[in-house]
Amino acid sequence: MQKHITLAMGSGGEESSELLEKLVFRHLKNSYLARAEDATPLESLQSPCFCTDSFTVSPPFFPGGDIGKLSIAGSCNDLAMMGAKPKFLSLSFIIEEGFSVREFEKILRSIKNELAINEAVVVTGDTKVVPKGSVDRIFITTSAIGERKIEASQRSIQEGDSLLFSGDIARHGACIFAAREGIELESEITSDCASLWPIVKRLIDDGITIKAMRDATRGGVAAVLNEWARATELTFEVDEASVRVSQEVQGICEILGFEPFVLANEGRFVLVVDPKDEKKALKILQEFNEDAAIIGKVTKSYPGRVTLQSEWGTKRFLDMPSGEILPRIC
Amino acid sequence: MELRDLYVRFRDPKTIKALAKEIELEASKLANPINIMEVCGGHTHTIMKYGLLQLLPKNIFFIHGPGCPVCIMPKERIDHAYILAMQENVILCTLGDMIRVPGSKGSLQDARSKGADVRFVYSPLDVLKIAKENREKTVIFFAIGFETTTPMTAALLESAIAQKMTNLLLHINHVTVPEVMRELIDSRDEHIDSYNNQIDAFLGPSHVSVIAGSKIYEEFPAKYNRPVVVAGFEPVDVMEGVLMLVKQFNEGRCEVEVQYKRSVTREGNRKAQELIEKYFEKRDLFKWRGLGNIPKSAWKLKDAYSDYDAERVYDLPKEEIEDHKLCICGDILRGMAKPTECQVFGTACTPAKPLGSCMVSSEGACAAYYKYGNLL
Repeated sequence: MQKHITLAMGSGGEESSELLEKLVFRHLKNSYLARAEDATPLESLQSPCFCTDSFTVSPPFFPGGDIGKLSIAGSCNDLAMMGAKPKFLSLSFIIEEGFSVREFEKILRSIKNELAINEAVVVTGDTKVVPKGSVDRIFITTSAIGERKIEASQRSIQEGDSLLFSGDIARHGACIFAAREGIELESEITSDCASLWPIVKRLIDDGITIKAMRDATRGGVAAVLNEWARATELTFEVDEASVRVSQEVQGICEILGFEPFVLANEGRFVLVVDPKDEKKALKILQEFNEDAAIIGKVTKSYPGRVTLQSEWGTKRFLDMPSGEILPRIC
Repeated sequence: MELRDLYVRFRDPKTIKALAKEIELEASKLANPINIMEVCGGHTHTIMKYGLLQLLPKNIFFIHGPGCPVCIMPKERIDHAYILAMQENVILCTLGDMIRVPGSKGSLQDARSKGADVRFVYSPLDVLKIAKENREKTVIFFAIGFETTTPMTAALLESAIAQKMTNLLLHINHVTVPEVMRELIDSRDEHIDSYNNQIDAFLGPSHVSVIAGSKIYEEFPAKYNRPVVVAGFEPVDVMEGVLMLVKQFNEGRCEVEVQYKRSVTREGNRKAQELIEKYFEKRDLFKWRGLGNIPKSAWKLKDAYSDYDAERVYDLPKEEIEDHKLCICGDILRGMAKPTECQVFGTACTPAKPLGSCMVSSEGACAAYYKYGNLL
């Protein structure tokens, strides 16, 4: 096999089969893919849930993950946040001519690992190779189907509900920024990129009354809470001191003038629960990440807005992020 | 020393609360309410972000000053950036704050979506690298900022000359703090009754004085009877700065004091000042958005470096473009009105579609009010 992806490998002929057989199938083969037909018949599903996402992150390899891991975790997390168990995925690659075969294989291995965590399978896919300069190295598009186990939705959020966050914030955004800008820190920032289904499953299995969940990807915690605030006409009051920010992430934010609240996470989510369940839910979240915390509550003080309470007793709005914070983080 | 040592202490909740108490005690002895102008947008940002207004007694007010280089940029100069960016074979570089600011033709973001090569740099010296990597193109640095960023632009020019770069140009929009402060309390603009200004004292930005020294403010107590405290940008710095000013009033003093002793001296950074003086000279007039033309308030390249001056190499429009009639930014900057008193605040004028200077960047008073609210 050649060391670099060539245009011929995407043209549907001999070289394409070689790419599929020697690389893609070797890592991802299952009984669905083995049929190798134009479309894959699936068994019927209970309460199916469907989503799609595309991934263009630059750089494609970053501390704590790569575009492969990100693509599977990202689409499975969209399902998990709806209370759905990820089942089947489609996977499409658009690869720039000349991309390293070894790196492509690394991405496939990450995809395989992440699928295993979600106990999901790729059932259909596609690979295109485009001339140099047409895309930046590799782009991935996925769609995912899952089975909904609970009816989590922003529509269930009520005054008095508790807000939790599943770890420290802003790692992915800060990590990509540091990688892109070549900022070298004493201790490297690793992305939080991870699949959330195992945590969600535990919450469901332990009988937590989950009102709503949202992974805090682009726009960070600020975007999630503002979207909810606008949709529900409620106030999301956050206690700033309870939100964990690692020292390295805070450092990047200081250097670049960002608020950690607007930076992306790729393996963290905001959880809204009935207040009677907040302690139990926190305990479960902390089993997965010790920085998980109860970060605030839902009130009616400023309808449609998010407020931050400082440690010295002042309050301010946390606004919807706008403008170009960071292009192509996912 | 670690990076966090630079800010953790200065955001300490206990210290902030203690300073709030002390200010309250001192302020209770004041004969009259005082209006403090924080000149710099960075201070405005700190005050709003950390909700410091909520900690201050009722007889201390802030007037949010004109110290945001993006906010005060007149539309015609933003148009220069846009026009330069749209030229064939040009890479326009500038600092990130400029990206969303709309001129009469659009913002640099708009230019980029139309195919212009616009790049945002963290340090002016990055421009040198871009120019070296793109020898076939003209790389133009649209330079903005107060005393803090001016030496870096001078350093860029010095390196460009030393390395005989022929594809690098500068468009200089560097402005200076004392001249605009003087303008605010001693305006010569006949359209504005300047003596209506409500400013009793100034909070000066620390980073400007790291470069220019605290001496640049000495005329304000001496000639205008306005005390100045040079303060840092963390909440503890600002609160301590306010306390120092209140004490001056109570003790009948009127002088320049430095809160930010961490790195401000009277003289400032002589080397940086020499670098500025080597390459730049003052413009007779420079138009500040919302305030009008202010004498000697900005730098330009000296004639000897005109080959590097994008304003001379390209034919750029000189006509002034006025702001919307309803905009009261000029009054806000003079302390005669609060952002929320403006008819168009938050309605026709928002950070996404700013009508006037104070809404333009997050350091502008209106944008800070809009973003963080004033949750008293």
